[in-house]
Amino acid sequence: MNHWIVAPIVLPAILAPFIIMVLRYHLDLQRIFSVAGVVGLLGIALTITAQAAGGDILVYELGNWPAPFGIVLVLDRLSAMMVLLTALLALPIVLYAIASGWDDRGKHFHALFHFQLMGVCGAFLTGDAFNLFVFFEVLLIASYGLMTHGGGATRLKAGVQYVAYNLLGSTLFLFALGTLYAVTGTLNMADMAVRVAELPAEDTALLRVGAVLLLLVFCIKAAVLPLHFWLPASYANAPLPVAALFAIMTKVGAYSILRMYTLGFGPEVEATQGLVGSWLQPAALVTLAIGTIGILGAQHIARMVAFCAIASMGTLLIAISLFTETATAAALYYIYHSTLATALLFLIADMVVERRGGSIAPTAPMPQGGLISSLFFVGAIALAGMPPLSGFIGKLLVLDAARDAPDANAIWAVVLIGSFVTIVGLARAGTLIFWKSHDIQHNPATDLEKEEEALANPAPEPHPGLAFTSVFAAVLGLVLLTLFAGPALKYASNTAEQLFTPENYIAAVLGENG
Amino acid sequence: MEALVASAVGVMTAAGIFLILRRRTFPVILGLSLLTYAVNVFLFATGRLALDAPAVLNKYKDVPYTDPLPQALVLTAIVISFGMTAVIVMIALSAYLSAKDDHIDMRGQNNTDAPGEDA
Repeated sequence: MNHWIVAPIVLPAILAPFIIMVLRYHLDLQRIFSVAGVVGLLGIALTITAQAAGGDILVYELGNWPAPFGIVLVLDRLSAMMVLLTALLALPIVLYAIASGWDDRGKHFHALFHFQLMGVCGAFLTGDAFNLFVFFEVLLIASYGLMTHGGGATRLKAGVQYVAYNLLGSTLFLFALGTLYAVTGTLNMADMAVRVAELPAEDTALLRVGAVLLLLVFCIKAAVLPLHFWLPASYANAPLPVAALFAIMTKVGAYSILRMYTLGFGPEVEATQGLVGSWLQPAALVTLAIGTIGILGAQHIARMVAFCAIASMGTLLIAISLFTETATAAALYYIYHSTLATALLFLIADMVVERRGGSIAPTAPMPQGGLISSLFFVGAIALAGMPPLSGFIGKLLVLDAARDAPDANAIWAVVLIGSFVTIVGLARAGTLIFWKSHDIQHNPATDLEKEEEALANPAPEPHPGLAFTSVFAAVLGLVLLTLFAGPALKYASNTAEQLFTPENYIAAVLGENG
Repeated sequence: MEALVASAVGVMTAAGIFLILRRRTFPVILGLSLLTYAVNVFLFATGRLALDAPAVLNKYKDVPYTDPLPQALVLTAIVISFGMTAVIVMIALSAYLSAKDDHIDMRGQNNTDAPGEDA
């Protein structure tokens, strides 16, 4: 067997307890091991992506139990690219957390960070529905710790809401899995797909209930309207580097929708016909609309970026809900773009909040305001989908894929107007935060004092150089995604092609022993 | 027996949902625990209800057995929900101690420099 497949789960699973137990009182060593772990994860992710790129579907049987009985990990192009995205996202964030001193404001940041990575990678790799639930819980319980990292009354209150909402989601997940198990008698995704297809049409009532419950759970994770209420308060009150890492968590929901509904409950299955098209698509359109309205109405930069995350999930799910090969390829490209862009804006928002507070209103100019405002400009361009960055290409692909859809008019209108409102909202925030601030201090004497003060305390971060480097690394990621849009899109189309021939996946999982 | 199990799941779910919609954290946590009880009983029932049957196959003669997989699932679910309840109790306690009230919403803390409550 190919043991590389399990490596993205094993590495953080060993590293995180090691950090807790051995390095508990050594922050410097924690930082070294944590960064080394993320770099190692990146190396593993690149290796498995190279292995999956050929189009083979690799199966790893845990404990060597054959497929429908034991738990399997499955590596196909989609899993590999999602694991790679996780590693690519984690590297700048862990560097930024170190540079900004966030990891020093509470205990166990690095250990929780790696547990979170373990949960995310596991959710992307598993081929078993109940195991998916377990990895969801791993990533959630780590995220509870990260979300309340640093403490403070408001953050803890937001944390209670976040935990309560997600516990409710987990309960719903168990109800869904129980229903599906009662109908199909299996929890292996490939085996379930086979049994669903074989089910006689008159016995599908329970199956439909299970499929709807499952979609509901994934929509909670993906923050689709009307299940998005947990996101703005929790992301905006979490430590913002952690919120940047959470950009991948909503994508876990999107990934699960893509995986389950291409594999088992696709449009060609009679029992669940029209589920994604007729329910998910309107919800995604409204999600995008609410997200952009939230961007326009937010009074705090962190809340604004949280609504940006909701809006980008809306665009992503519009593409997913079209359920064609081209649209899925566009969605996969957009996943990469929106994850990196949202994380970038969260990191920039953290720089702003640390220097001047987060309110979107003019205050005195902040140190390094010029550099941060240029970075905000780049991030805003990327997120709003303006040329020349990858957001433009991503939205173009989504719109192009929607051209032949029955609701093409609605989709085009919502996406284009939404982009426009996003631009207005981000421009408003940028103007108020960065430009209007220069009108505030007219008194040259105080100006001079301020400047001296700023020179004495150049930045709130202990290592501003590293902080800016990590933010620039995220920008570099977006630029590379734009420059190499061709190869990236080719990989995405191959992935979509693989997703829309689920027979190969099923044969790979069940074939050898079935 | 089916009616008994089904109504137990139903009543516990209903009570759990009612409690979750309360305004203070304590009833909300109680509601979440009730919901996890409900889902555990529900998971048991997904393997079909069988009386006096062992959860193993008999190699020698054809006797009734009950599906062992849901029992394993319930065990996992119990452990996870137990841990999660402990976590939310701790977070709710520290929120209560630092904010001096145990309201689940974040009203009254919506100044412009904190991201504040959900609109």
